[in-house]
Amino acid sequence: MKKGKNKDLLSMITMIGPIGFWMILFVAIPLVYVFAISFMRKGIYGGVEFAFTVSNYLETLNPLYLQIFIGSLIMAAISTIVCLLIGYPFAYLISMKSQIKKNLLLMLVILPFLTNSLIRMYGWITLLRTEGIINKVLIYLHIINQPIQLIYNNFAVMLGLVYCLLPFMILPLYSSIEKLDMSLLEAASDLGAKSRKTFLKVTLPLTMPGIFAGSILVFIPALGLFFIADLLGGSKSMLIGNIIRNQFLTARNWPFGAALSMVLIFITLILVAVYKKAGGSMDDLV
Amino acid sequence: MDKKVIVKLDHVKKCYGENCVVKELSMDIYEGEFLTMLGPSGCGKTTTLRMVAGFEEPTDGDIIVENVKVQDKEPFDREVNTVFQNYALFPHMTIFQNVAFGLSMKKVNKAEIKKRVTEMLELVQLSGYENRKPEQLSGGQKQRVAIARALINRPKVLLLDEPLGALDLKLRKQMQFELKRLQKKLGITFLYVTHDQEEALTMSDRIAIMNGGVLEQLASPEEIYEKPASKFVADFIGESNIFYGTTGKLFDDDNVEVTIESGEILTNKEGVSVEDEIVYVLVRPEKMQLSEKKIEGFTLVGAVKEHVYVGSIIKTIVLLSTGQEIKINKLTGEKLVPIDTQVYIYWNPKDSVVINSKDEELYEIIGSPDISTGNEKLNKKPYKIINNPGISTVAK
Repeated sequence: MKKGKNKDLLSMITMIGPIGFWMILFVAIPLVYVFAISFMRKGIYGGVEFAFTVSNYLETLNPLYLQIFIGSLIMAAISTIVCLLIGYPFAYLISMKSQIKKNLLLMLVILPFLTNSLIRMYGWITLLRTEGIINKVLIYLHIINQPIQLIYNNFAVMLGLVYCLLPFMILPLYSSIEKLDMSLLEAASDLGAKSRKTFLKVTLPLTMPGIFAGSILVFIPALGLFFIADLLGGSKSMLIGNIIRNQFLTARNWPFGAALSMVLIFITLILVAVYKKAGGSMDDLV
Repeated sequence: MDKKVIVKLDHVKKCYGENCVVKELSMDIYEGEFLTMLGPSGCGKTTTLRMVAGFEEPTDGDIIVENVKVQDKEPFDREVNTVFQNYALFPHMTIFQNVAFGLSMKKVNKAEIKKRVTEMLELVQLSGYENRKPEQLSGGQKQRVAIARALINRPKVLLLDEPLGALDLKLRKQMQFELKRLQKKLGITFLYVTHDQEEALTMSDRIAIMNGGVLEQLASPEEIYEKPASKFVADFIGESNIFYGTTGKLFDDDNVEVTIESGEILTNKEGVSVEDEIVYVLVRPEKMQLSEKKIEGFTLVGAVKEHVYVGSIIKTIVLLSTGQEIKINKLTGEKLVPIDTQVYIYWNPKDSVVINSKDEELYEIIGSPDISTGNEKLNKKPYKIINNPGISTVAK
């Protein structure tokens, strides 16, 4: 009996041990570290001075940062809605196809991940810039006379966010639409519901978990993907991720950067809590 | 018949590419009847039902509900409702909302909806379950909700696609009874699909037996059992002993001799018109008799192989010299013939049914070397009607 128990313990350690160690080392400890320094003072030459203060959190309420926060939240919200509007019909279409076509189309959704997202953003620059392909083609076709400003504005950042995050919307949507029992749609139609009513009364409510999961998976990264704002955005297009990155790397104000990070984590947790409250399953998020 | 036809299938065909699952199906369904489509899986019965519901479009032919062609109408424009095999209840709605769905689509006012849903739930004995979700109900209860949800729209025809398939035996029996009760009470036409012959026999006013996309027979349960129209029906419904052979001379005024592989038998002359015709002769196990003495007209001899006890009856298996096994049912308590005894098999000729073999089946028989009489089918001789006035009434 005792031997068995030891064996169980051993197998538990060997199985959970490595991932536990990994998580503690690279997630838990850094998180605690960031949390701790968010309550400390900035050192004179960068670094951290060990003195307790909440001024970093008060600083986040500074209108300058608050404005960026709100702007970033709006940008993320719009990106999420655009992803949903593009992703839903697409996911619905995939789930109606035969198994072979499903696999092919899903592979196409995932395919861009094989290329580094930074490189894909450079691709967008080539397309969008003033002497870029889109402008050249439009001028060649005499649709416009002068190049139009497609890049270095909020539009370009939004485009980059939508492009980058669309698969995160499509995949959870697909998995929840796929689970939808087709006989329910037939039943609704049988009982007198036209297509639009069937969609509103049956399809939409039953795929809500996918909509929630997809929205969270798009909205949260959309607050933090600073390199997209760096490459495609103008000087005024800033995401929460950009300020945090600047505090750590440029301004070398680690405590303030840490406080901003904690605020971002807090926003994320609230969203996940809302999602759970609405009946979402954590499995759909992973 | 002066019964009103409510659904008419007129040469309905459904093909997926080359593969036709329903071939030229024509059938009239009368108002207020309980009609069951019965057949093995893949016989086209569910496809037919789905075409009436509007989920599938027929490749060819007309579906007429109350004198209106509906084959091009969407399901939501048809006055028929379906009870699905897996219930298909909306999981995000309460029982009340599920049952009310059809009415709310028709924009019936709230008070009327509440009244009718309450009535309907009472009818299916689910009062008090209004606010539960489908997942909180048992299989039988879900089935009742599905029935209530379909019936509340007062459809012209209720379509039921193997609705009891997922229930256990006892519940199934109970629901069969209840469905029949509901159907009688409401007077709504039921078109029921099942592969369970017992279910079909106990519930239906008429049964449509389907096989390979073709309607084999459409008749009352009694007629289907007593007078199967084809070998398939005879085989599919209940147990039967089937012999094939060639018709011979008239034995007496009512009966005909038939030569089969293992001897001579007698059958009533109904359905037989000529000599040297290849036919099937069907005898139900409960009509079979055993004798230790030879009976005139029958030369079937076999050895008793075993007795199988099945509750109210005992099945006796007799092995003929040709290897064919004959099933004979006796009520428990009757005297049994000891095993390995040689016995003569006979029956009252009026209890056997003659089925004309179809052409394709004929080739099968002729091709088989076991049938010595097969090649003589070309020179068929009609019976001499002059000598026997009784024969003029022979059908066909």
